[in-house]
Amino acid sequence: MGYTLNFAAVWRSFDLLLQGLALSLALAFGAILIGAIIGLITAFGLISKNGLIKRPAGIYVTIIRNTPILVLVLFSYFALPQLGLRLGKIESFVFTLALYSGAYLAEVFRAGLLSIPPGLREAGLAIGLTEMQIRTSIIAPLMFRNILPSLSSTIISLFKDTSLAAAIAIPELTFEARKINVESFRVIETWIVASCLYVFTCSILAALMRSVERRLSLPR
Amino acid sequence: MSNLLEIRNLHKSYGDVEVLKGVDCTMAQGDVISIIGSSGSGKTTMLRCINMLEEFQGGSISIDGEEIGYETAGGQRHRKKEKEIARQRALTGMAFQQFNLFPHMTAARNVMLGLMKVKKLGKDEARSIAEKWLDRVGLRSRADHFPGQLSGGQQQRVAIARAIAMNPRLMLFDEVTSALDPELVNEVLQVIKALAQDGMSMLLVTHEMRFAYEVSNRVIFMNQGRIGEEGNPREMFHKPQTERLAEFLKTSSFG
Repeated sequence: MGYTLNFAAVWRSFDLLLQGLALSLALAFGAILIGAIIGLITAFGLISKNGLIKRPAGIYVTIIRNTPILVLVLFSYFALPQLGLRLGKIESFVFTLALYSGAYLAEVFRAGLLSIPPGLREAGLAIGLTEMQIRTSIIAPLMFRNILPSLSSTIISLFKDTSLAAAIAIPELTFEARKINVESFRVIETWIVASCLYVFTCSILAALMRSVERRLSLPR
Repeated sequence: MSNLLEIRNLHKSYGDVEVLKGVDCTMAQGDVISIIGSSGSGKTTMLRCINMLEEFQGGSISIDGEEIGYETAGGQRHRKKEKEIARQRALTGMAFQQFNLFPHMTAARNVMLGLMKVKKLGKDEARSIAEKWLDRVGLRSRADHFPGQLSGGQQQRVAIARAIAMNPRLMLFDEVTSALDPELVNEVLQVIKALAQDGMSMLLVTHEMRFAYEVSNRVIFMNQGRIGEEGNPREMFHKPQTERLAEFLKTSSFG
C-alpha cells in the first residue's frame, strides 16, 4: 500500500474543526433545550387520560420517530419556504432537531413518569397541592433522576445527529471536515481527526451526565 | 352547632361495581372513630372520598357544614373547581398505608412543602413548624435525613407530621401500620394515641383491633358497602349485635 499518514494539512486547519465542533455543540444545546420542553409537555400528554390530549401527542411522536432525521432536515429547509415559512439555515436546523429531540425525549420522559408510584401524587393532593404544583415539585424532579441513564444516551445520540446539518451547508464539524478533505485530499487523516473529536466530545458528555447522576443520587 | 363531619347517603361505584351503598355518618369535634371491617367492605374507599381522592356518584360529605367536592346548581351536580378542591383537601390530613413520603426531600422538606406551597409560609417559619412537629413524633434528630435513610416506622411518623403540620380539622389514617414490620407498629400507634389525647379529631381505618378498642370513642363496622354496626368500642367488641360483626371479631386479632 505504501500510504504514509500525514496530518500536517489537518493540523493547519485544526482551528476550523474546533469552530465546527463549537457550532455542533451549540446546535445540539439549543435543540435539546427546546426539545426537552416539547418532550416534557408531550410526555404528560402521552400519559393523560384525556384522548384530546393523548392522541395528538401520540401522533406527533409516531410521525417524527418514523421519519429519518435527514428527511426532516431537508423538508424544513427546502420545502417549508415553498409553504411560506422561510427560516435561516441555523434556525431551520435547530427547529427541526428540536422537534426531533422532543419526540425521542417524550418517550424517555414518559417511561420516567410511569415509574413514579401514584401514591406520591395522592400524598401531594392530600396536603392541598394542585396538580401543577405536584408536577413541578414532586413528579418532574423524581422523573429526572429516574431517566438520567437513558437521557444520557439520547443526548449523545442527538449531539451526533448535528452532523446532518452538513447537508444544508451549516459549517459545523462534519461540514468543516469535508471542506478540509476536499481542499487537502487528506481523506483518511481528516476523517480520523474528525471522528476522534466526536468520540472525545461524546465521552465528555457521558462523563458529565454520570457526575450529575452521582450528585443527584439519593442517600440511603 | 354543625357537626365536624357529616356524610349523607354516600354512594360510590367503580364502573358497575357499587362499593359504597349509602353510608351515613356524623362526627363531632374531638371524636376518634375507628372504621373496621374485612377487606373490600368499602372502609378505605369511604376515607378516600372524604378528601376527594375518590370521586363519588351520590350523597354528600360536609366538613364544618361546607360541602366537599361537589356543588349543585340548577338541579345539576358538578365537581367543584380543582383549586377549590385542593383547598378543601387541606381541611383534612391523610396518612397512607405506604407512607408516600417524597423520596427526594429530607424529612423536614417533606413537612415544609405544603406549608410553603399551600399555606405560602416563608422558609424559616415553615422550617420551625416542621421541626416542632418532627419533635412531636420523636424525630427532631432525623429532620435532615432522606426517607431512604429512615425505617418504615420513622417514615410513617414523618408522614403523620407532614399531614398534621398543615393544621387540618380532621386526620384520616388509612391502615397506617399495615405495611410495617410488627416491631415498628407500636411507635406509630403511640404517636396517633398522643394526638388523640390532645383532642385531634380522627378517622382511622385499621386492622389493629386492640388499638381501635383502646383509642377510639366510637367504632364503625363496615360490611359490604354499608355500615353494619356502630357504637362505643366496649359494647361492640364485647356484645356484637350482628352475626357478621361477631364473626369478623372472631377472625380478627382481637379475638
